[in-house]
Amino acid sequence: MLGQTSRRIRVALVGQPNVGKSTVFNLLTGLNQHVGNWPGKTVEQKTGTCQFDEWSFDLVDLPGIYSLSANSPEEVITREYIIREKPDVVVAIVNAAALERSLYLVAELLPLPAPIVVGLNMIDVAEQNGVKIEPHVLEAALGVPVVPLIATRGKGIRELLERAQDLACEDDQYTPHIPDIRADHREVLEQLEARIDGHVPAEYPLTWVALKILEGDKQITEMILPQLPQEGQREVIKVLRQHEDACVAVASGRYEWIARMVRAAVVRPRAGRITLTDRLDRWATHPLWGLVILSGILAVTFWLTYTVGSPLTEWLDSEVVSGLATWVRSALSFAPAWLVGLLADGIIGSVGAVLSFFPILIIFFAALAVLEDVGYMARAAYVMDRFMHLMGLHGRSFLPLFLGFGCNVPAVVGARVIESERARLLTILLAPLVPCSARMAVVAFLAPAFFRAPTVVAWGLLTLNLAVLGLLGLFLHRVVLRSEPAPFIMELPLYHTPNWRSIALIVWQNLLSFGRKAGTVILMASVAVWILATLPGGGIETSWLASLGRLLEPIGRQMGLDWRMMVALLSGTVAKENVIATLGVLFGASEGSSGLRAVLQTALTPAAGLAFLVIQMLFIPCVGTVGAIRQETNSWRWTAFSVLLLLTIALLGGLLAFQAARWLGW
Amino acid sequence: MRLRTHHTPKPARNDTLRPLTALKGAESGVVQELHGGACFRNRLAALGFTPGVLITMLQNRRHGPVLVTLRDTRIALGRGEAHRILVRPAQGKRC
Repeated sequence: MLGQTSRRIRVALVGQPNVGKSTVFNLLTGLNQHVGNWPGKTVEQKTGTCQFDEWSFDLVDLPGIYSLSANSPEEVITREYIIREKPDVVVAIVNAAALERSLYLVAELLPLPAPIVVGLNMIDVAEQNGVKIEPHVLEAALGVPVVPLIATRGKGIRELLERAQDLACEDDQYTPHIPDIRADHREVLEQLEARIDGHVPAEYPLTWVALKILEGDKQITEMILPQLPQEGQREVIKVLRQHEDACVAVASGRYEWIARMVRAAVVRPRAGRITLTDRLDRWATHPLWGLVILSGILAVTFWLTYTVGSPLTEWLDSEVVSGLATWVRSALSFAPAWLVGLLADGIIGSVGAVLSFFPILIIFFAALAVLEDVGYMARAAYVMDRFMHLMGLHGRSFLPLFLGFGCNVPAVVGARVIESERARLLTILLAPLVPCSARMAVVAFLAPAFFRAPTVVAWGLLTLNLAVLGLLGLFLHRVVLRSEPAPFIMELPLYHTPNWRSIALIVWQNLLSFGRKAGTVILMASVAVWILATLPGGGIETSWLASLGRLLEPIGRQMGLDWRMMVALLSGTVAKENVIATLGVLFGASEGSSGLRAVLQTALTPAAGLAFLVIQMLFIPCVGTVGAIRQETNSWRWTAFSVLLLLTIALLGGLLAFQAARWLGW
Repeated sequence: MRLRTHHTPKPARNDTLRPLTALKGAESGVVQELHGGACFRNRLAALGFTPGVLITMLQNRRHGPVLVTLRDTRIALGRGEAHRILVRPAQGKRC
């Protein structure tokens, strides 16, 4: 029945950052979404489907951008998608609480050949700020459908889909009012149009191309110029020279047009109104209190990790994983011993070790998602800018580095938000020094075995890592890269209540990608370690892994570490999560976490334990991170540089920690 | 991305024009000129920093970034970036 009347329409979601576009996308697609990369780009691509009234919508969530210039790959992706892929409908989400600014993107979209529905989101926030907007007046002014939305509460979504549907069916009804260029530039625009007419690819609107050239858009200019005859090229370049100010004038013109369009539709409050955001920002962006709040939030996150996450992890480990291993042993009592060993110790043990990190990851991902969703993240970037500046970074680098607390892979990948290539490279090189949750989990697991105050040690190790990060950043900035300052321009969104559905989806997606990584790389490596530790036969002492560990023992001995600890560190390069799994296998402590702790307590002195933890915290990034570094820097040279640098720092750090602890009499 | 430096503002030419960094907290000004590379000016203009727009300084300490509001948007700007925006200080104070 569905098949007879159903139709598919392709809808592209566009909008500026912080307008609630992702909330709309998540609301529409839920779990029916796919996260990948744009072909050949390092920009995230989100696609999804949704069913409505026997119609299926294929949705593309285009990147959040402020304009359609060629200043960033995101902007190029968006305009190329709309021009070349020709979606049936473009849904442009705008923020009612910052209407003029978010309509700027709509003003850029209107001249493109795709029908637009405007989703006027956050009308509740606008009303809280005393701003009243009449959607139908705005609709009449723009000539495109305008649908009021409160995406965080799911209001207006149905109507948005209906209007998109109508537009896809009857596109002859679509009569948008296209912004005019300012009178003082009309003549030069016509001049340019006449010059390039006949040389513009068919899918590009002529006026739009001329306008982009006038704005000084490099990508479009480089596309069109070679098509022109020599004389035409000279003429165009001459015109552009005479109108170097055009990039600002064209933007001014768009804003003037917007002001005229919204004048009748918007009722503004008297100036001087103090909003919730004003009051909160007085604290959150304060140079001192802002830092206090930020460290408080970090502390609460860690506190949650240790009080909720760790007990859950232990429970998973002792009840679920050990139970499963016992069950496999009894169920397979007839099978050969090596198979039972591989399944119960190798595979289930390794999977269990990976699985037991999930509670901690959920807490980290959720905390990050909540902070992002309420709008706090930009404040953190703002108060951190002064410090990031010292390392040649700016506030924006704080976000990806902060993500590193969850996992270094998203930290390295997240460095994409930084436009300046130098700052991006620096952020990528520093990211592995942010102690990821896996490393912190290893510390949380092992520290109680050696120290009476494990929380203090964990905090100390965390501080050490961040101090090394700061010093290394300073060194790289001043000596190796000699970075140029990068422009720091960042919007601070209004605070708003988080949308739990959105947050749950983000956590789910992050877990899914971690699970995939864990499911393949870590599992395979763990099984490989188990095989290496078992073959060529007999005990671990005669295994291949032991030979490798013994080879490295002279280095380890300087820090009181035996070959088994060296092997554990080696396996940590596959994934930090592996350290515990390997120790479990090597020390034969399959009876649960407390068992391994007890064994380690007798095998290592506290000083050696400290050295081990220091190395573990500073060591080479895991293969996942190395892969991400290679992908993001697109250079083996920088990747090798990063690995060798971290190896040197880690060994030096371990040696120093061991000697210092011995001197203290540990 | 290197900013062209030949556009560095020259406040002496017209003494009513000041860099944005000269505004103190809660003071307002009207944007007059943007300086810097085309790409940088383009980004600023798209965010609403266009000549004639009213801009209010929210936070301006001696070091580090400044926090401004314009067109219902709060924007954090690096000090160097803010220095390239020339404003004409508005009469009186505005909260």
